[in-house]
Amino acid sequence: MAQKTYAGVVLDVTDEGYMTDKNLWTKEIAIAIAEEENISLNDSHFAVIDFLRDRVAKGETLTIRSIGKSGIVDIKGFYQLFPGAPLKLATRISGLPKPVSCV
Amino acid sequence: MKNIVIVGSGTAGTMMANKLRKALSKKEWTITIIDKYKSHYYQPGFLFIPFGTYTQKDVIKQKDAFIPDGVNLIYAEVDRIEAEQSRVLLTDGKIYNYDYLVIATGCQTRPEETQGLKEANWYKNIFDFYTIEGAVALHEFFKDWQGGRLVMTITELPFKCPVAPLEFVFLADAYFTKRGIRDKVEIILTTPMAGAFTKPKATAMLGKLMAEKNIKLIPDFYVESVDSENNTLHSYDGKEVVYDCLTIIPVNMGDDVIARSGLGDDLNFVPTDKNTLRSIAYENIFVLGDASNIPASKAGSVAHFASETLLGNMLETIDGKPMTHSFDGHANCYIETGFGKASLIDFNYVTEPLTGKYPAPVIGPFTLLGTSRINHLGKLAFKTMYWEFLLKDRKLPVGNKMSMSGKKKD
Repeated sequence: MAQKTYAGVVLDVTDEGYMTDKNLWTKEIAIAIAEEENISLNDSHFAVIDFLRDRVAKGETLTIRSIGKSGIVDIKGFYQLFPGAPLKLATRISGLPKPVSCV
Repeated sequence: MKNIVIVGSGTAGTMMANKLRKALSKKEWTITIIDKYKSHYYQPGFLFIPFGTYTQKDVIKQKDAFIPDGVNLIYAEVDRIEAEQSRVLLTDGKIYNYDYLVIATGCQTRPEETQGLKEANWYKNIFDFYTIEGAVALHEFFKDWQGGRLVMTITELPFKCPVAPLEFVFLADAYFTKRGIRDKVEIILTTPMAGAFTKPKATAMLGKLMAEKNIKLIPDFYVESVDSENNTLHSYDGKEVVYDCLTIIPVNMGDDVIARSGLGDDLNFVPTDKNTLRSIAYENIFVLGDASNIPASKAGSVAHFASETLLGNMLETIDGKPMTHSFDGHANCYIETGFGKASLIDFNYVTEPLTGKYPAPVIGPFTLLGTSRINHLGKLAFKTMYWEFLLKDRKLPVGNKMSMSGKKKD
């Protein structure tokens, strides 16, 4: 466990940089985390972020495929918004836990 | 008379039929199990078929041999489950009402979910080994193959038996070594995960083993499409991998009956309480095995360990008591590593696979997260255990809760 300061707020994060309490998340924090990843957030990013936070709040499991079926962004678009490992990046920026890939 | 209906007579459904019939009075309870197929497959055995270790006869038996007397076994297709009315409708028009329902419909591979996959070269130089047809076709292909680039690809998570693709590349390494053409076969594993496995210690151990065996790992590769004319895999972020032979774990999804019944998520898995194993939506529906969305491995060992919890909670619910049994996510998987050796991992929702001995400290006899010959023998012996003990609910010498006994925390 570690602490990081984003947008002036000191937050507990995991060793991989995921916030441990998603309720402390704000849009300003998201912007600051995204900057670390060289991503400048726009409305398209926030539409995805809102969707992810909503799904997690409902207790649902996140998969790239389910985001592709969401109607908000297709999978290619998701990769363009969060390049490389989109689900891992997007959840970290959204203040959510790292997705559990079912082992 | 009261009714329990079990939909699905694979590993999970068969185990529950045996447990429930033993636990409940025949005078009070009718138990019905419904499945559309007569054959029961020992799915862990599919892995060995491409390499000629097992043939079809090792992995197929008739289902009725494993369903106890006093359970109605119905071979029919379920049209849908009407949860609001507590009834199951068959495609032939029959209706089964239930007091309690156990969903054990498992999950299946869906090659049609990946663009270009199930086209002209399906079973020519593209194979799955999660179906008997694919495993047998791959065996025929491998027998005469003179080498090239073998690419093992995982398309989507979750999928059944998450260690199987690793075992596959290890066994392929050994198989082509024995055939004397290993230097002509390049072996590559692509995965949407960041490493060989999801949990850190196992990923490190398995990643090291892959490097030792000269197997290349391409992580964070999420397949968009297969171009079978040009033998090329494409990822969503524009990466390409060329293959001569593609072995693939297609997208896994829950049964269509779950979708038709409106009981599933995007991948037709039933939202289920990961501890009680009861459906989130309906108090008289329980879910066992791969059909659920619990964050545990989709594997027979998980269904087996979970079945104890489920029985306890169902019996309490039937008695009008609160459920006191809680599933811990326990999974136990042998990992074939080739050349007559295997590794073993034992873990649950909170504890990742650790090194040590299993099931007894020090003496084992099985080695956790290391490789040994006795682990391999354990894996082979498990086939008999499965048919003779596990399905029929005879006692196995291991507990259903994961134990820290014998494990090293570092």
